[in-house]
Amino acid sequence: MANFLFYLFSFVTLGSAALVVINKNAVNAAMFLLLSLVGVAGLFVLLDAALLAFVLLLVYAGAVVALFLFIVMLLDTTPGSLKPFKATTIVASTIGLALLGLGIYSFTARAPLSTAAPAGLVPSLKNYAEQLFTTYLLPVQIVGFMLLIAMLGVIVLSKKLEREGAK
Amino acid sequence: MNVDLNAYILVSLLLFAIGFFGVLLRKNTLVIYMCLELMLIASTVALVAFSRYNDTLDGNVFVFFILTIAAAEVAVGLAIIVALFRKRHTIQVEELNALKH
Repeated sequence: MANFLFYLFSFVTLGSAALVVINKNAVNAAMFLLLSLVGVAGLFVLLDAALLAFVLLLVYAGAVVALFLFIVMLLDTTPGSLKPFKATTIVASTIGLALLGLGIYSFTARAPLSTAAPAGLVPSLKNYAEQLFTTYLLPVQIVGFMLLIAMLGVIVLSKKLEREGAK
Repeated sequence: MNVDLNAYILVSLLLFAIGFFGVLLRKNTLVIYMCLELMLIASTVALVAFSRYNDTLDGNVFVFFILTIAAAEVAVGLAIIVALFRKRHTIQVEELNALKH
């Protein structure tokens, strides 16, 4: 049963990720990104990280994809023109494909990871809270401060600079 | 085939590769940005899988931070794209070549 669910979720994730790349329409691409994220959340549940799956769905599906859709509709771009690729792009893609093949080969054939028996420790909310407020207390503070900076940055970026335009 | 750590890492690898080729091949800045997010998500899958199979919680906590950073990054990046569109009236990368010459 767990095997079947793993194959289902990974198929959904990878298939819709490929459709994000292939699709010409940016709105459809955002929708397939959403579907791909749902698949990743399923994989997180299979990995005993249900809380992370919820957070992923809330933050990504709820906020990020909605923001993407909002911007896509705001900018109202025409579907991209299909110009032929330059030679540099083709060379870079070939090198990337070769690296990917090498990675898969070395990963499957040469050095299979030792699959230790997954036991015990199903992370609960209490475990997360304990980690976040003891070991990782300083990073939590820093991340909070960084969110504030990002918010200020977005406000500054999206503000129209009237003075420069007037002069 | 039984599902183990290798299977999850393979999924993560393929997802990263798909995102990579998306960044390389697409011309629309917004779609490039979505593919960047796919690459980020692929790395989180690997982190959670390693964390699960090593019986630790550190990978999961790291994914928390990655999600927070990603949310901030998306907000700032999309604001930059909107500012760019206001100034240049296009978001196709082949037309954004002011720094080229």
